[in-house]
Amino acid sequence: MCSLCGVLGCDDHWTSAIARPGVYTRNTDRLNRRREAANRIKLANVLLEPRRLKIAEWQGASYVLSSPTGRTQVFESLAHLWPEAEAMTGRALDPLDPDFLERLKQRIEAAS
Amino acid sequence: MTAEPRPANLTPVNFLTGFLGSGKTTLLQRLLADPAMANAAVLINEFGEVGLDHHLLDRIDDNVVLLKSGCLCCTVRGEVADALQKLDSQRSRDEIPWFDRVVIETTGLADPFPALSTIQSHPVLRSHFAIANVVVTVDAVNGSRQLDERLEAVRQVGAADVVVITKTDMDEATDTDALLEKLSRLNPSARRVIAQEASADDFLVDASTERSEEWLSEALSLSEEFAAPVHHHHDEEGHHGHAHSSVRSFSMVIEERIDWTGFGMWLTMLLNRHGDRVFRVKGILDIEGEERPVAIHGVQRLVHPPVHMSAWPDRRRQSRIVFIVDGLDPARIEESFHVFNRLSEKVLTQGGTPPLRRAS
Repeated sequence: MCSLCGVLGCDDHWTSAIARPGVYTRNTDRLNRRREAANRIKLANVLLEPRRLKIAEWQGASYVLSSPTGRTQVFESLAHLWPEAEAMTGRALDPLDPDFLERLKQRIEAAS
Repeated sequence: MTAEPRPANLTPVNFLTGFLGSGKTTLLQRLLADPAMANAAVLINEFGEVGLDHHLLDRIDDNVVLLKSGCLCCTVRGEVADALQKLDSQRSRDEIPWFDRVVIETTGLADPFPALSTIQSHPVLRSHFAIANVVVTVDAVNGSRQLDERLEAVRQVGAADVVVITKTDMDEATDTDALLEKLSRLNPSARRVIAQEASADDFLVDASTERSEEWLSEALSLSEEFAAPVHHHHDEEGHHGHAHSSVRSFSMVIEERIDWTGFGMWLTMLLNRHGDRVFRVKGILDIEGEERPVAIHGVQRLVHPPVHMSAWPDRRRQSRIVFIVDGLDPARIEESFHVFNRLSEKVLTQGGTPPLRRAS
């Protein structure tokens, strides 16, 4: 059950929609699903670095977000990552924030 | 033509909204008389203790449900869900005439977003219903003033797939061309039709796929037309006090291929923080590793399932996204997108992760 909205089985987020005719998704077969999930975790961790948070998959069905002080939060859909991360740090995570973008640019430089 | 995103077993839902007195019920009445709408169920939402609008409709039967709790924006989310579930179960038990479409008429002050969100995310409803489009009425007599003064009116137009201009035949009607221009500034991705000239077909299009060529070319030409003022911060100083002075549309044309994982993270993060100020996102994406375009379509925090289109609408293989935002800086949004796209490209192509991209 989703801890934010209290709804069962709500993981039909547009980024990983349930495969059906005409809908674009990488949530198709096991291999694609695993690969995309791994990529999302990897990218999410880079985006969470400035807030010193980490996310990991938990038993292939949920996600665990953890803070450097040991706080953890489990949720079932990546749709809840950003509200959960904001709740955990008490700070907004804004993709339009110049400082945040600057950190990401430095990260791109570092990866080059 | 484009692929069909809506499985045949999902009942399309059309939202009809518009400012108080803008002619929603008159339009609905006309639509219901059309044979194409013969099997439509209707939910009417009323603001106030006693519902009146349903008395104005000629067709009162078991398929017309009046929602009593007033404003649809907040209190009625559960009621919309209950009413739709009830209609669905009554239909499956043959207790009411069969319906193949639902029209929800909302109160004039409602922001359509919560109800849209309810249908798409409700665990039961989403398996039975799919949002077809949002139709918004704007009247030629008062519409222009309402758009200047009332943010609700601007939000409704921002969420619209089809804007219907009503009352153009009245003597008091203001300059329709000026109103059309104002509407196209606010929401270039919506189709604009004059009520008197419209047929039921104009209202029944599925916003996510049908006529994508039309909205895309129209939206892009219009937003290019208005591109110049968009990038200047102080261009609308003369319009202070107007509800829509900070609402603007702009389009992003993206030359590089888009990394899907990065795009998902970016838009999700953007909408989480600024969803109430992003009235509309609509675009066609050139995704790395995909030959065919992917269409995305969102209203505030709600993004519809992405549509895998069968071909590029105008044979131009290029990502284009139209935004309608309130008080957000287009240049910053564009910069943010590029940073995320470059970041995901770097992070995900480094060793350790299976290669994401296919040789094209």
